[in-house]
Amino acid sequence: MGAAPASRDVTSYGMGLAAPLALFFLLFFVAPLLQLLWLSLHNDTAGLHWGLGQYLHFLTDPFSLGVLGSTLLLGAEVTAVCLVLGFPIAWLYQRVGPKLQTIIILIVLLPLLTSVVVRTFAWIVILGRQGIINATLQSLGIIDTPLKLLYTQFGVVIALAQVQMPLMTLPLITALGRIDPNLDDASCSLGAGSWRTFFRIVLPLSLPGVIAGCTLTYAAAITAFITQSLIGGGQMLFMPMYLYQQASTLQNWPFASAISIIFLLAVLAVVSVFTTLGRMSRGYGGA
Amino acid sequence: MSGRKRTLEAISFELVMTVIAVIALVIIIAPSLVVLIVSFTSGFSLRFPPPGYSLRWYAELWNAWQLHFAAKNSLIVALWATGLSVALGVAAALAISRSQALSARLLDSLFMSPLVLPALAFGLAALMLFSLVGLPVSPLTLVIGHTVVCVPYVVRNTVAALAQLEPTLLESSAVLGASRLYTFRRIVLPLIRPGIIAGAFIAFMSSFDNVPVSLFLRDAATDMLPIRMWQDLEGKLDVTIAALSGVLIIATVALVAVMERVTGLSRRLTN
Repeated sequence: MGAAPASRDVTSYGMGLAAPLALFFLLFFVAPLLQLLWLSLHNDTAGLHWGLGQYLHFLTDPFSLGVLGSTLLLGAEVTAVCLVLGFPIAWLYQRVGPKLQTIIILIVLLPLLTSVVVRTFAWIVILGRQGIINATLQSLGIIDTPLKLLYTQFGVVIALAQVQMPLMTLPLITALGRIDPNLDDASCSLGAGSWRTFFRIVLPLSLPGVIAGCTLTYAAAITAFITQSLIGGGQMLFMPMYLYQQASTLQNWPFASAISIIFLLAVLAVVSVFTTLGRMSRGYGGA
Repeated sequence: MSGRKRTLEAISFELVMTVIAVIALVIIIAPSLVVLIVSFTSGFSLRFPPPGYSLRWYAELWNAWQLHFAAKNSLIVALWATGLSVALGVAAALAISRSQALSARLLDSLFMSPLVLPALAFGLAALMLFSLVGLPVSPLTLVIGHTVVCVPYVVRNTVAALAQLEPTLLESSAVLGASRLYTFRRIVLPLIRPGIIAGAFIAFMSSFDNVPVSLFLRDAATDMLPIRMWQDLEGKLDVTIAALSGVLIIATVALVAVMERVTGLSRRLTN
């Protein structure tokens, strides 16, 4: 080693160093997923008869399709709420001094690192029959009987939006930080108002961050089954819980595998749509 | 500011953005504060505001041996998974970080994919494979499963730290006669250490908090803390869980404060 330093690139390391992790992933990540795919292509629990029966069952069953549809819709709703609430945080971050910037980042970061069960539990306390919202509305005399907030779609969306907000806000902060502040001033001095400047200059230029944030938020929201099951209760069923019920309670592994594969493909489809959009927007926002 | 007149239009824009931003920040921080306050209640319910304040539920926590047992398991698994993630992840990051080769890009995508794929599907897949090869679920299978979903954080943060590293430093070190190993120990490692620590910290937190993988890969004897809490919450709304949540929130705040000092965590996650 080092006999002819000029002949070897000293600034990079051999690909061999990636071998242990690559092997680990092959054994414990790729192989399980292939086994999942293999079992999903069988009609019986023992895995003896090949066939597309599991997929046909899912795709012709209105109940299963309904679960898939409501899961994808939930992700879209949560992502929209996160974008509308998260963008102004990123905007404010660029406007304040370094002290406040650190405070904003820490406020955004803390929930990301706090246990999901704890964060979800907090929403049970807030949305419950004796929770803050109902107690406040009742003491103000706006309502007589407590509103049903827990175990509703509204409750799930708002709780998930809070839980996933950091995933949206962090990429937005990065993206807004890369925009040349002179563009903002130029647009304003040329006579465009603040609103117009925001929608015509700032928003388009921050598209890479918007897309990165949306991808992370969407993927996290549809798979966040702790929040989904605790806030949604037994009435609302989303893909992760459906998968878990089939696999664990009913021990129907082939069908659970097919649900997993369909769910995986749905997530991959959404991620690749966002990635394509991101690539298209980069020429636009790379300034 | 830059000499432009602050019109009503500009004020309305800034007002709307600031108000939404403040509301959003309150929504983010409020739940944790609410749990902290409720955990000091003297009553038996999660009513807010509490009828009075006491430390009784924290005292109750002291005797909750089931939670202690689950917390110990979660801690042990998280420590092993983090150690394994650092060992495998840092080596892989060194290999792929400066390479433009297609194989390096592909490996990077592979190592990152557990971040977007549904962890529950992976948990089921891993369980089926382990049962196929006759490996019973145990703390070992838990550590393996957790490592798969935690290693991306170590790889990502280490790659980011390596990207900031000036290549001329390595060249100068080599020109001055240092071996690669010596250069790594004395130049590279000290410079990327904060990145590795930040990645390891996030990996540890996400393992400690993991439910979807643990749900499938634990045996009946290995109770994990987040699963114990989740099941307790499904059954009854126990105020002890509020006290436990209080402990976890305070521990997280303390750890984040330490990490901010040691690694500049907040800057690391925004660029």
